Amino acid sequence: MTAEDKDLVEILEDLNPIDVAKYMNYVSAPQAGAITTFSGTTRDTFEGKTVLELRYEAYVPMAIRCLKSLCSSARASWNLHSIAVAHRLGTVPVGEISVFVAVSAVHRADALEACRFLIDELKAAVPIWKKEVYTNGEVWKENSEFLERRPELGKNGDFSGEVTAKKEHNRKHCCGAKVQMKDEDKCED
Amino acid sequence: MEGHAKKQDESLVKLKVLFFARARDITGLSEFPLEISLGSTTNDCLKKLLIKFPGLEEIRECIALALNEEYATDSSIVKDRDELAIIPPISGG
Repeated sequence: MTAEDKDLVEILEDLNPIDVAKYMNYVSAPQAGAITTFSGTTRDTFEGKTVLELRYEAYVPMAIRCLKSLCSSARASWNLHSIAVAHRLGTVPVGEISVFVAVSAVHRADALEACRFLIDELKAAVPIWKKEVYTNGEVWKENSEFLERRPELGKNGDFSGEVTAKKEHNRKHCCGAKVQMKDEDKCED
Repeated sequence: MEGHAKKQDESLVKLKVLFFARARDITGLSEFPLEISLGSTTNDCLKKLLIKFPGLEEIRECIALALNEEYATDSSIVKDRDELAIIPPISGG
């Protein structure tokens, strides 16, 4: 069984609720000392307007491809046991889970960071859309993460979550190092 | 007749364009067959689509393009039977 075989990616069609227990079971393993999960749930209000329901749609084959690529990127950056990502499509009533991420790892730091990475990247680049339906109208939502990422999309020839994951890491190290160097410079001055 | 059709095809590529979410609402279509000259880029396709569907102008600055299920740059060359998707701002999660 290769590492990728331990990743479960599911786009659930209309009216299929997210079975949290199923994904928790999927990632659990005797050697994993940590399981982290993220549940995205649908909110009942937006800017004071009452949300009746949310309708999701996706470019399904590309969304699955992107999510699998993100799983590989996460594996390249952290030491993980297994990953499960599920997203609902169609109408999701208020208060229900629309997206779920579960990650298991030997140690919690890897599981926590990878879980955060997966949901952040999903919001930035996986082609899934949501329409909010209010009592007096409806609107297609836009993730700010996508608008920030947009200029970079496609630049690497394909969906390159791996590069992004590494870049995040570099950025972290990079910033840390720079701050330190500045301090040193100041000391020398 | 068939020979004539073949001759025309050599200078043209045929793509399947996909519209999602707001782009579909604007065009009223989820799919559109696009013919464009050989050697065209994704941006050339977008320009042609903007002529056909002027309403797309309103989201032009915030869309991404995907070619065969992968994000593409404006300068990617399209091939016959490619699938070009117009990706309006996503909102998964």
